[in-house]
Amino acid sequence: MTPEQAFTEAMKFENRPNPYPFFDELRKTPVARVTNGIYVVTGYKEILALIHDPRISADLRNRPNRPNRAQTDPSNGDGAEIEAELLEKYGKDPMMIIADPPDHDRARRQAMRHFGPPHSPDVIPNMEPACVRIVNDMLDKTKDKKRMDVVDDYAYPLPVTVICRIMGVPLKDEPQFHAWIADMMAGAELGPDAATEEGKRRKEKASASRIGFRKYIIQLVENAEKKPSEGMISKLAHDDGPDGRMSPSEIANNVALIFIAGHDSTVNLISHCVLTFLRNPGTIDLLRRRRDLIPRAIEEVLRLESSVNFWPTWTALADIEINGTTIPSGSPIFFMYGAANRDPRKFRDPNKFDLEREEKESLGWGAGIHVCFGGQLARLEVNTAVEAFLRRVENPKLVIDPPPYRRNALFRGPLHVLIDVDGVRD
Amino acid sequence: MSTPKNENAIKKNGRIVIVGASLAGLRAAEALRNEGFTGHLTIIGDEPHDPYDRPPLSKQVQKGWVRADHTKLPRLREINAEWKLGVAATSLDRAKRVVRLANGEQIGGDRLLIATGVRARQWPNREEAALKGVFTLRTCDDAAHLQAALAANPRRVLVIGAGFIGSEVASVCRTLGLKVTVAERAAAPLAGALGNVIGAIAAEMQRDAGVDLRTGVSVSALEGDAKGHVRRAHLSDGSTLDIDVVLASLGSIRNVEWLDGSGLAAGFWGVACDAGCRAFDIHGVVTDHIFVAGDVARSPHVLYEYQFLSTEFWGNAVLGAQIAAHNMVCAETDRRPYLLVPSNWSGQFGVNIKTIGVPAFGDELIFTQGSPKHRRFAAAYGRRGRIVGAVTFDHGKWLQFYKAQIMRSGPFPPLQAEFDLPADMRVIPADFPARGVPTAAPDVVLTGHDPSERVAEYRPRTARAEIRKAATAANKEQKKQWRVAS
Amino acid sequence: MRIVVDLNRCLGYAQCVPLAPKTIKLSGEEALEYDPNPDDSQRQQVLRAAASCPVQAIIVDHLDAGPEVQREHSEKRKRH
Ligand SMILES: Cc1cc2nc3c(=O)[nH]c(=O)nc-3n(C[C@H](O)[C@H](O)[C@H](O)COP(=O)(O)OP(=O)(O)OC[C@H]3O[C@@H](n4cnc5c(N)ncnc54)[C@H](O)[C@@H]3O)c2cc1C
Ligand code: HEM
Ligand code: SF4
Repeated sequence: MTPEQAFTEAMKFENRPNPYPFFDELRKTPVARVTNGIYVVTGYKEILALIHDPRISADLRNRPNRPNRAQTDPSNGDGAEIEAELLEKYGKDPMMIIADPPDHDRARRQAMRHFGPPHSPDVIPNMEPACVRIVNDMLDKTKDKKRMDVVDDYAYPLPVTVICRIMGVPLKDEPQFHAWIADMMAGAELGPDAATEEGKRRKEKASASRIGFRKYIIQLVENAEKKPSEGMISKLAHDDGPDGRMSPSEIANNVALIFIAGHDSTVNLISHCVLTFLRNPGTIDLLRRRRDLIPRAIEEVLRLESSVNFWPTWTALADIEINGTTIPSGSPIFFMYGAANRDPRKFRDPNKFDLEREEKESLGWGAGIHVCFGGQLARLEVNTAVEAFLRRVENPKLVIDPPPYRRNALFRGPLHVLIDVDGVRD
Repeated sequence: MSTPKNENAIKKNGRIVIVGASLAGLRAAEALRNEGFTGHLTIIGDEPHDPYDRPPLSKQVQKGWVRADHTKLPRLREINAEWKLGVAATSLDRAKRVVRLANGEQIGGDRLLIATGVRARQWPNREEAALKGVFTLRTCDDAAHLQAALAANPRRVLVIGAGFIGSEVASVCRTLGLKVTVAERAAAPLAGALGNVIGAIAAEMQRDAGVDLRTGVSVSALEGDAKGHVRRAHLSDGSTLDIDVVLASLGSIRNVEWLDGSGLAAGFWGVACDAGCRAFDIHGVVTDHIFVAGDVARSPHVLYEYQFLSTEFWGNAVLGAQIAAHNMVCAETDRRPYLLVPSNWSGQFGVNIKTIGVPAFGDELIFTQGSPKHRRFAAAYGRRGRIVGAVTFDHGKWLQFYKAQIMRSGPFPPLQAEFDLPADMRVIPADFPARGVPTAAPDVVLTGHDPSERVAEYRPRTARAEIRKAATAANKEQKKQWRVAS
Repeated sequence: MRIVVDLNRCLGYAQCVPLAPKTIKLSGEEALEYDPNPDDSQRQQVLRAAASCPVQAIIVDHLDAGPEVQREHSEKRKRH
């Protein structure tokens, strides 16, 4: 199998539940050139070196001849499509994830100022009691049921409620933004799937939803500008910190980023935790006995099932020599975190769920200056959810394995994880 | 006395003695057990405490946030050792392979690890040093005393010497709202470790934080009140300061005296060893069963023209201990070289200063990323066209980029970043202060005229004045001394 | 309990700080400060923080954990 073929296969929806054999193929060339001059990096060491190289930009505006949507033919089934897609979504005023220093660092400081240390060390820890309450409420609701969907009944409500509260997004709008985000996620496809009639329809729906969502966020920002309120959106709009205030469009873009990133990947991780624990008999018992292993178990799940499967916005700004390959200046680079996290040169017996492993540094949260902004919050949420699940849910059993997956290749996660349970303890 | 054994026998039931029960000693003991050493292990330390960590002592401990006796090091595994704490090793008999202790005990072993570290250089005038309120900072007891003095709301604190530790304590003083003067003989703080260009940025940081920084001056005398408490300092520029607390932060002295007469290459420079951590004897011939790790060690480094480096950094103690432990019990063909790329951190004035490589080995400097003005930047040091070190201020995420280049002896100026470039990217002299006269004379001389009869010998310790005279003479000939720490 | 943070490895992104806010703090934007011997009541928080560190810079004592942990550790060693 050529690297191109492996890449295309890995992106196919039908392989969403298990892209790993194709990642293994791809990793035979840790830095591989696929269609459209894209370099996909699947080696752990290689990603780590490149992600700390200040000649690689996260800013899409740095791509020469960047394709635009009108020009690309989705039936090509290649990475150009997702690239154009990204540009349309994020291209105007970069949100931090597609900005380079010094703008990136400044925006990250400005946003962190209202979210975490050093300026707001209490925001996240203060959420803990609410997290505990929410997960227990969820479990109380499923008390009489013998079957539950871990995704809808358990994983989703917690992060979404918390991020709404932190940002000041009204929870009552949840049905609306949930639908938008679901459409947007489903419409971001790669490869042959995007070329089908249905794929095109999904894409159109995604565009409409994207516009709806953007307008909604802009409205929230404008409201907050007019009338200060609780939450990060308002604080960003009225920021008087040492770095000044972000421009309105920068606020809107970063709010959209933090809001979506702030719950979507967390849902996938909680679902993957339950899925992985149940796939590995004995895990639940072990973790009940050894609460101290829970935080590690969560990181190990993220290594095996990376919520952010890859990140595609990087560009080489110089000819970069890496492990015998030269990535020419101007080349798009995809960092394949999900593949690197199973790199046998880094992780012994990489497909094994192993709570005792010595090598623990996964790329599940990225690395370098773009390392996840909200990892602390996500971990608090996932820990709370997993702890309550372990304590209260009796004898959970997987109903379908593999479960159905969501379409999105980048933000990878199950659509539903059905389990049968004997009951829910108090 | 034990008879020599082969490596396998040693691994199984040999006897290993570690002198120095701190970071290097503890990590070496753990590494030995990880290597499969099942024999008898003795750890000797002259401090009465369980091994503890020193870096917090000048930072969170002085802030009053963490108690001085709350920096005990985590243990990475059981080591099942015989601990002899609170008792110093007083001599080593290499022929008999025994270490003698202050309490008269003798401990024999097949292998010895020397990990006795360094101690703080005291204020040279003994009477003044004995005044109440005059401190040095190396041990947790030192830290407790200094912290208590800072908590007692002194009128002013005087820090003598603006190396890393002195600067960190000055920073804490400002956090606590205390008035503090820093007196530094060089032109800038941290100049010895980072050169005057970076030092000037550190100086600005200090002044912005409200430190009364005086450079190019020394403290000529300390004066006490009737109760023997320090109250006034006289500076070389004729000025005086009213103060209640003095921290003499004058660098360190290696704990090698107990090795006098052992015939090892141990002196003010530390204990010289090869790149496999094996100690040299006085002739520079390598020994087989004596190893060295941590602050007290001094070994040649391939990346730095094989010069002998002493690296008084935390990471050096950890990695050195692991390599020494491995080499102590492995077969000869499995020995590992100690190829540390030195690295260090220092939190001060709200800025994270990190270094990689050996900046002081360089003579040129270039700002490579960020903004020196905002104290968020990376800079690289070069020597003869290759990169030898780098420093970052709140830019630690980029350090690996430079580390990789240092490790492959990359060119200087280094690979250029493509964004966030400093306004001025010229290569400039790093401007390190002239390396001073070594603080004690080399106390080894060669005797004998014919090469065949030539041996090295210890000279009796000379009086202070004579040492200084000898040092000046020796210094003319002496190659540059590379001391990584300030 | 006893911990040490290898501040050479630490990249100062403070992923750990909000998970153990009583034990680990930022001093400025990047410099980490922590309590090396936090109270036992902080254990679960500290373990979360340690697991969360992307570069595994937070080193936790292996010997002062609960009896359960110790037993498993010694069993593991026997296997090796
Ligand atoms: C205040 C302070 C702040 C620091 N901050 C940093 C920092 O930010 N970053 C960094 O990288 N490094 C820092 N360091 C340096 C770091 O702590 C040392 O590199 C490290 O402690 C070296 O460990 P070691 O085991 O080699 O030596 P030491 O820790 O010095 O231990 C040697 C031990 O041997 C004992 N001993 C000496 N002679 C004898 C004898 N004859 N018999 C028995 N025992 C003996 C000593 O009492 C001591 O306990 C700092 C040091 C201090 C003091
Ligand atoms: C399990 C949950 C999560 C996972 C697995 C995850 C993963 C990641 C990854 C891999 C990146 C790096 C992408 C890149 O290479 O550029 C990233 C960046 C980011 N994440 Fe997360 N994330 C999670 C939760 C969160 C939460 C809860 C928030 C916000 C509250 C958040 C906000 C962000 C932001 C803003 C960035 C961009 C940071 C930057 O560019 O500096 N994420 N995340
Ligand atoms: S998570 Fe790790 S790297 Fe980040 S600040 Fe904490 S210790 Fe440092």
